Amino acid sequence: MQTFTYYPGCTLRTKAKDLDAYARSSAEALGIQLVEPDNWQCCGGAYTTATNEVATKLSAVRTLMAAKDSEGLVTVCSACHNVIKQTNYDISRNEDMADKVKQYLGLEEAYTGETNVYHYLELLRDVVGFDNLKSKIVNPFKGKKIAAYYGCLLLRPSKALAMDDPENPTIMEDFIKAIGGTPVIYAQRNECCGGYITMEDKTQAEKRSSAVMDSAQSMGADMIITACPLCLYNLKKNSGSDMPVYYFTELLAEALGLKEDINE
Amino acid sequence: MNKNQKDWIDITSGVNVRKCMRCGKCSATCPSYDEMEYHPHQFVYMVEKGNIESLLNSKSLYKCLTCFACVERCPRGVEPAKVVEAVRLTAVRKQGNNHLIPDQIPEMLDEELPQQAIVTAFRKYTK
Repeated sequence: MQTFTYYPGCTLRTKAKDLDAYARSSAEALGIQLVEPDNWQCCGGAYTTATNEVATKLSAVRTLMAAKDSEGLVTVCSACHNVIKQTNYDISRNEDMADKVKQYLGLEEAYTGETNVYHYLELLRDVVGFDNLKSKIVNPFKGKKIAAYYGCLLLRPSKALAMDDPENPTIMEDFIKAIGGTPVIYAQRNECCGGYITMEDKTQAEKRSSAVMDSAQSMGADMIITACPLCLYNLKKNSGSDMPVYYFTELLAEALGLKEDINE
Repeated sequence: MNKNQKDWIDITSGVNVRKCMRCGKCSATCPSYDEMEYHPHQFVYMVEKGNIESLLNSKSLYKCLTCFACVERCPRGVEPAKVVEAVRLTAVRKQGNNHLIPDQIPEMLDEELPQQAIVTAFRKYTK
């Protein structure tokens, strides 16, 4: 069994407990042990690109450092993934940033991006392998047309996230195929759902999330999947559409035959 | 034109605004285009010209969703979202100029709103 450090983040502890539970049980069934570091802190939700912001990047660095000696750091939430990967990318290329972080945290040695960071989907693709995953499926989503929603945070900026082609990604579609479903390609799959704007401008969030849902539905999707709690919220709450929205880990657990165990 | 302010924004963004060739692709791809008074390509142009005061006072600063579409798609690697971020920080770092205060939060909440939204909004709207 391979062991990885696992960072759930704030929302997987509260409003997105199922995203977390399905991720953990599926990993275990696939022979991956996820170990949560002690006393982790919230990632901040958004990466600050400003060159003279240091304090806002420290919690992500602490998380990265906690995983330094493990196989890698795994995240599920798209926002955590984005913040942690961008932090890791920038600190590995920017000596000044690494030095400032060292001073702030009182480190003996600077952290310069040594940790390997995986999104859970990358773990499935690069460590488990989609072919291997396919062989373990007991409840395939046969005949189901599933739309993958990447949103903005999983893929961009591609220089730092390096997960997939930012305009024509395949990782979620390959995941859908592995669990026996039929992926639906649609125009809005990597455009923003509105994100946090829902707090102060509902109309804008409604516009964005309905554009995503309408686009997926117009291509014949039965359901849509996401890795992000805020995307799930916007697509469910602000889109006006009744097409079902699921976390990809829920479909994974169901396909692996684990869903009833979790709900018991 | 306030030269110090322009220099400070250039340092904060890390962007060379002079690389922009005004093709408008950033604004074309921006999901907040309709909501903005000044669009991403205008941010880049106005910072280049030192016309920063009108940007600092514009609501457009809080319409950027940080989706990085413009950063990814700019053919010149200008990275407009970083310019918007630098101007926004220049605005909210001023004393008493936070765009969101904790007292406003309770009325924005509903049962399902993820914590992630609150944390991100604070990070984007306050110093």
